[in-house]
Amino acid sequence: MIVGEKMTAITGSAQSAVGRRLGRSGLDLTVEACLAAIADAGLEVKDIDGLSTWPGFAEQPPGFSPVGAPELKEALRLKLNWHAGVSEAPGQFGSIFNAVGAITAGFCRHVLCFRVLTESSSAGKASVMGQGERVDGWSKYMVPFNALSAANWTALFAQKHFDCYGTTREQLAQIAINGRKNAALNPKAIYRDPLSLDEYMESRMISSPLCLYDCDVPVDGATAVIVSHIDAAADLRRPPLRIEAIGSAHNSRYSWFQFDDLATQALRDAAQMMWQRTDLKPADVDVAELYDGFSFICLDWLEQLGFCPVGEGGRFIEGGERIALDGELPLNTNGGHLSAGRTHGFGLLHEACVQLWGEGGARQVGGDPKVAAVAAGGGPLGGCMLLTSSQ
Amino acid sequence: MTRTLPVVNEDEVLFWKGGADGKLHFPQCRQCQYIVHPPAPVCPQCYGRELGETTVSGEGTVATFTINYQPWVPDMQVPFTIAIVALNEQDDLRLMTNIVNIPPEKVEIGMRVSVVFEVCDEDIYLPLFEPMKVSV
Ligand SMILES: [Zn+2]
Repeated sequence: MIVGEKMTAITGSAQSAVGRRLGRSGLDLTVEACLAAIADAGLEVKDIDGLSTWPGFAEQPPGFSPVGAPELKEALRLKLNWHAGVSEAPGQFGSIFNAVGAITAGFCRHVLCFRVLTESSSAGKASVMGQGERVDGWSKYMVPFNALSAANWTALFAQKHFDCYGTTREQLAQIAINGRKNAALNPKAIYRDPLSLDEYMESRMISSPLCLYDCDVPVDGATAVIVSHIDAAADLRRPPLRIEAIGSAHNSRYSWFQFDDLATQALRDAAQMMWQRTDLKPADVDVAELYDGFSFICLDWLEQLGFCPVGEGGRFIEGGERIALDGELPLNTNGGHLSAGRTHGFGLLHEACVQLWGEGGARQVGGDPKVAAVAAGGGPLGGCMLLTSSQ
Repeated sequence: MTRTLPVVNEDEVLFWKGGADGKLHFPQCRQCQYIVHPPAPVCPQCYGRELGETTVSGEGTVATFTINYQPWVPDMQVPFTIAIVALNEQDDLRLMTNIVNIPPEKVEIGMRVSVVFEVCDEDIYLPLFEPMKVSV
């Protein structure tokens, strides 16, 4: 099997300021992250010959994707062999997968990939669907029933998992509690005060079984990574982080309510594909950064990526020891989306790089981690990667 | 309940407005009888291009549900139940919908339900579901 992604590596990664209502433009934040990522790789702006982003500029929902590829190209006057800002892809890492394709096709050597959100500054214009006159397109079979938020749609999967496997709120709570513990060690995290199981259990319901602490927090912030051809990565500032394997498969219905197994999501297929493209096994993973826009999505990734048997996720995370910073599978070491903010997968990708480069500071995973699993997306979106620092 | 209604395109009239007769209707492949939802100009099973119509029983099962407590928009009355209902006629024929005429906390996965329509503007008939009446 040709595994083209092994010819690529992440060579630089950076994040802008991340916070609530920063009052800065999306482009301002994007430029901050992108220039820092280019410098982090030891490159200059003129070395960038590809540009990739997901989902590209979007007017709606407010702050969801305020900057597209052309706008950044203009701001930095990039000379590009290839660029793409596309929304129809297997999840938030679609931009990375596209970059890998462009590099292995020989279009580019160094592709700048970014994701920016200004959802906090745009708050008030709440991020729910169907506030127009009429709804059309992919959400039209959900919105008329007042299933307006991804919290509702994800809750349906969570409830099915609870029903099929006996998963409990006490168990699911550990995703949020673990994130909060790690966030205490991350100066850039949004919520850093400890979260107790009692506080979680008593918090208000949003859409059962998901409560307030199962839902992430919108922020303003940009993240950028440089994906390079391995031949162009050797002499740069940092040890390249090879993209060992990618999972981007999607084999069932493209729908929030017609997926064949309602106790999981499209991420199932992506996870399966990733392990088919590597000799590494789940036990080889030293740190996991798995999408937790809603806590249940993270639990689903844990199971489908094989860190525990399907259906055992609740019992796997119970008590929180296994997923703690000093546990067998340190999880969402920056606090995740739940406590460090909705950087939409890219914050977790950045954190994986930070950990593999040994720069996690107070939250650095011990034992010199060499393999990271990163995953983004829920519902019909799902994409994942293995990154490795070993040569 | 305040609702945002769908744009009803030509091929969707059957679903969104067909409930005027109290029944649920779907496009169906003439060749293999597969029920196609949402509407499409091809059968995804046999790729046949001739689609007719079928009327289903309107009965199904709650595949999963959630009780929404968050008033996402002004005037939203909470709590209410959102569910995915699997219709009897075909394994993968499912609708996102609301379960009505039962308190949210009584809804369960596996509950048998049947369709009941909410009449909206422009003759849109929203298919909602209520617990099946026990027959004697
Ligand atoms: Zn057919």
